[in-house]
Amino acid sequence: MIDAAQLLISGAAIGCIYALIALGFVLIYKATEVVNFAQGDVMMLAAFVAFSFASLLDLGFWASLPLAILVMAVFGAAFDRVLLRPIIGMPTFSAVMITLAAGFAMRGIASMIPGWGTDTHSFKAPWSDEVIRMGPVIVSTDHLAILAVTALLCVGLYLFFKGTRVGMAMQAASQNQLAAYYMGIPVRSINTLIWAIAASVAALAAVLLAPITFVHNNMGFIGIKAFPAAVVGGFGSIPGAIVGGLIIGWVEAFAGFYLPEGFKDVAAYVVVLLVLVIRPSGIFGQMRRKKV
Amino acid sequence: MRFIFKTRYEQDLQFFKDVPTACSYALLGAALLAAPWVVSEYYQTQLVFVFIYGIVGFGLMLLAGFTGQMSMGHAAFLAIGAYAEAYFQARGMPFVVSAPLAMLLSAAAGVAIGLPALRLSGLYLAIATLAFGFIVEEVLARWESVTGGNGGMMVAPLKLFGGTLNSSWGFYYLCLVLVVLVGVAMVNLLRSPTGRALIAIRDSEISAQSMGVHLARFKTLSFAFSAAITGLAGALYAHQIKFLSPEQFTVLVSIEFLMMVVIGGLGSLHGAIFGAMFIILLPEAISTAKDYLPDAVADQTGLKATLFGIIMILFVVFEPRGLYGTWVKVHAYFSLFPLYKRGMFRRQRAYTRSERVH
Repeated sequence: MIDAAQLLISGAAIGCIYALIALGFVLIYKATEVVNFAQGDVMMLAAFVAFSFASLLDLGFWASLPLAILVMAVFGAAFDRVLLRPIIGMPTFSAVMITLAAGFAMRGIASMIPGWGTDTHSFKAPWSDEVIRMGPVIVSTDHLAILAVTALLCVGLYLFFKGTRVGMAMQAASQNQLAAYYMGIPVRSINTLIWAIAASVAALAAVLLAPITFVHNNMGFIGIKAFPAAVVGGFGSIPGAIVGGLIIGWVEAFAGFYLPEGFKDVAAYVVVLLVLVIRPSGIFGQMRRKKV
Repeated sequence: MRFIFKTRYEQDLQFFKDVPTACSYALLGAALLAAPWVVSEYYQTQLVFVFIYGIVGFGLMLLAGFTGQMSMGHAAFLAIGAYAEAYFQARGMPFVVSAPLAMLLSAAAGVAIGLPALRLSGLYLAIATLAFGFIVEEVLARWESVTGGNGGMMVAPLKLFGGTLNSSWGFYYLCLVLVVLVGVAMVNLLRSPTGRALIAIRDSEISAQSMGVHLARFKTLSFAFSAAITGLAGALYAHQIKFLSPEQFTVLVSIEFLMMVVIGGLGSLHGAIFGAMFIILLPEAISTAKDYLPDAVADQTGLKATLFGIIMILFVVFEPRGLYGTWVKVHAYFSLFPLYKRGMFRRQRAYTRSERVH
């Protein structure tokens, strides 16, 4: 039982990281129908930016966190403006290839920047390396921080989408771009803003993940694990991304503990294949046929 | 530009469009046949890699370029072909038996992933194949009795019929013959009813279905063919590399294959070969250019990935038809000289319909 409780918490924490990255996919997909295969690499870049502010420039954690989020927001907006605006209207395939290629390029460029390179760097948050005992269960503060920030972010995004004019405009644009355009919503600027938000969420995920996995050039590959999370939840559903992330996190944690070695790494993919076979549109996706 | 007036039905069935085309292919063939005596051992190896990647390109082109099904797990088929070949050769089977077996196994895997793929499209298919790629990679690392696990696996010298094929030029000719065979098979497949059905599926699933194309059957068939061709490339790859380990078949390799066919030119068989040439020439060009670059950049390993990514982005934005598109333009420029007009290949602004249901 204690094992299970322990796994439940650590699985949820990792699941929340998947969920945060999946959230980035989902936000962008909902608004622009582009799947950002570079989301994991955006997170890698964010981790390096935060690391640069904190360690190389010695600004301390609390100053570098908002700075990193700001830098990434600008980066996300620029990414959309420079790479994706020119291919509006081209097949989905083009956008997929652009983001895949951008991921390659970002990894390559990050490995060539002096001070970043291909080495592993440590990045600590003020709360790192502590544990809290809840009865027999031990919880690391890093995990707790992930859970708390994810919950806060969900509430924040909910309020943003429900309560602000920009949020409403984003919802409108994601439901029907043309109609939104006719209503006077600047759809393209809204898309750019969405990219900025998604990149900021990636920055937050990076800062939360970095104390656990360290900062290195390949940390973006966790983004590939976040795909199953987004798919299980149903691509295009924000609560789905969170639930999907948690499911993947738990499945991995339990598979790693109870099943033989090797199952942990493929568990997420087995789950996603099963979900795609049984219910292709995910748990929260709506099943509807495309009309001609 | 020459315009061919067709006066006989046989002209529609001809393999080559006209005599000059046939002659240029004959010249290319002669050059490739002579290559082992002319070029150095190193370039001969590079040519073999172009052939192998060209076969992979044909396989992926059939699926992605002609059936419109995106696969992000093709390295898995390559791996199945390579490991099967190595396993069967180690059990004493000659290439003429083991390679078809490797192709069959690979095709079976293709059908296995193709079946759930029938209900999926676009993005979901990409993720399903991605997941498949990961699972195969993990199986290769864990199934130690067959694959040698992460420690890797040596590949026995190639036995073609009975005796071993030791010479590198012998292997070169084997690869050349196979790439030509696969190419001819692809051309013939694409002008057969099956190929037409696949292209119809790419252009519109719904209209293909209403014209009587059995979607499930042809999509599965496309997956099977594509996997079998990639499996054959895997069998050759095993003998070329001589040592197999799971990290040669990661998802990054699958993505590189995808980039290869897109850079080559999606939807053209020439594109598969152009893409293979590009993927082999890029590291070559980088190592040549390194002498002229500042040390800070030249020493880095990330240079290839960076260039690859940037070139890919430039192609998608400026030349979506890839290297083949460039080739067609250059060809038209010279055959029409001096009448080529800049607007000749101007793309019409396309507005794709949303993939989502509203």
